[in-house]
Amino acid sequence: MSSTLTRPPAVVVADEPAFADPPTLGRRSVFQTAAGGGAAVRHGLAVAARASVAIVAFLVLWEVAPRVGWVDPVFLPPFSTVARTFGRLVGDGTLLTQTGTSLARAGAGFAIALVVAVPLGLVIGSSSRVSSYLSPFFEIFRNTAALALLPVFILLLGIGETSKVAIVVYACFFPLLLASILGVRTVDPLLVKSARSLGIGRVALFAKVVLPSAVPTVFTGIRMAATSSVLVLLAAEMVGAKAGLGYFITYTQFNFQIPEMYAGIVAIGLVGVTVNAVLVVVERRLSRWRAA
Amino acid sequence: MTAQPRLAFEGVRKEFDVRGTAQRFVALEDFTLAVAPGELVTVVGPSGCGKSTLLDLVTGLSAPSSGRILLDGRPITGPGLDRGIVFQQYALLPWRSAQGNVELGLEGRGLRRAERQRIAREHLALVGLAGFEQRYPHELSGGMKQRVAIARSLAFDPEVLLMDEPFAALDAQTREQLQDELLRIWRATGKTIVFITHGIEEAVYLGQRIVVLTPRPGRVRDVIDVDLGDRTVGSSTDLRSDARFVAYRHRVWDALHDRASAPADEAPAGDAPATGTPREVAHV
Repeated sequence: MSSTLTRPPAVVVADEPAFADPPTLGRRSVFQTAAGGGAAVRHGLAVAARASVAIVAFLVLWEVAPRVGWVDPVFLPPFSTVARTFGRLVGDGTLLTQTGTSLARAGAGFAIALVVAVPLGLVIGSSSRVSSYLSPFFEIFRNTAALALLPVFILLLGIGETSKVAIVVYACFFPLLLASILGVRTVDPLLVKSARSLGIGRVALFAKVVLPSAVPTVFTGIRMAATSSVLVLLAAEMVGAKAGLGYFITYTQFNFQIPEMYAGIVAIGLVGVTVNAVLVVVERRLSRWRAA
Repeated sequence: MTAQPRLAFEGVRKEFDVRGTAQRFVALEDFTLAVAPGELVTVVGPSGCGKSTLLDLVTGLSAPSSGRILLDGRPITGPGLDRGIVFQQYALLPWRSAQGNVELGLEGRGLRRAERQRIAREHLALVGLAGFEQRYPHELSGGMKQRVAIARSLAFDPEVLLMDEPFAALDAQTREQLQDELLRIWRATGKTIVFITHGIEEAVYLGQRIVVLTPRPGRVRDVIDVDLGDRTVGSSTDLRSDARFVAYRHRVWDALHDRASAPADEAPAGDAPATGTPREVAHV
């Protein structure tokens, strides 16, 4: 800034950068610059403490309530009992097997839906012609809850793997499809105009402008799909299956293995948190260019 | 001036259908202008004078309803790399670094990667952004983003650079700096530049010639030749308070306000009120 104000701009090609406005600091947090090493650690501990207050309070309540008789310990065993059972089930491999079965189904269904729905959504989003043919059709199925079709899937595909994977595909399909359509349609028209003014053709325009700008929106759909894939799969496993976390929960309930049932529920919670965390990391990697 | 203009508008007219009616909206009428190679022409006019239409026509994103636009004697048929556009809102791809954005126009031309990178770096240095190649747009200030956009438009070496109110979104100080930068770049590259603005001062400061448009339909009201002497020497003084500069500004202001029927809110905003009443300034 000062360089241009005090010095007449010279007529040379590569002069010094003369900014009236300093470069922004980008990703660096202004709050972290002053803090030393010890302060940073203390800051981190404080954050962790704040984050765990509610969780710890919940677990304490879970531990105390059955012990003092607020709830029947037979139907809600104390957290320590559930935790011990959880440890035992992890140790003997039961939970890992059941979780693995469920994750394999959810993963397979999710992957199939991803491969079909995202390209289809991108096409529908960029072509109003295709959209006019397919949108009413999809609108009907989108509003038909996946679980309502569960009996149909079981009748047609049996209670084996196929029906489970199929219903996950169905449940994941629409969040992915709609997010992809939206992602293409909400591309900044100025970016398209600017790219076209550079003489960029249709295919390159799609690859270089439309697709990258659709990524964040598509990712919103991916996270929604992941959530509903787990949800729908568990329900399907509860209704008719021979393995999987959903099956494990209903099985233990019927056999009055209540601590085991709660251990299964805890496992589902952990799976959900983990899946979401993984997706958040992937999303961050794919959209590093975004502010904040 | 050479015999053949670089960019020539011959009686260009552009009209649009008004949605839902049989009426036609005339955005631009009988627009005739010849821009010589290496010339910096500013086009100034209030909103509704067809500036955006003009830009789309030169870009090749739309075709004139009648008349012709010639680039080096050949009619414009579509978008092409012989014209570079700089938009007011930068239009940078947010997922690409400054370097990647500049390379955008160089891709698909059969250049090798290393060559593309070299050209992009050179042009970022030209606009004063050496060392900022790997920054993403959200890490750059408004002025720096517009520098990247200018570098992108220059990198593929277009015949003509079209600038659509490129500094309108910047603060006053940054704007003045980029105006000086643009003049420097213009002298360094010898490009033909058509600079669209609604700022009278900006039009006078930058233009060798000023084209004044009137609104609805957009027509050429006046073309004013600007002679402010050797500006490379005068740049250490405040050119904007120079008597000749003030006189030119007054002439443009008069040309813009000649159309007495235009509502007050469509008067060109910005420069005139901030710098005193033009009426008090003596005519030359």
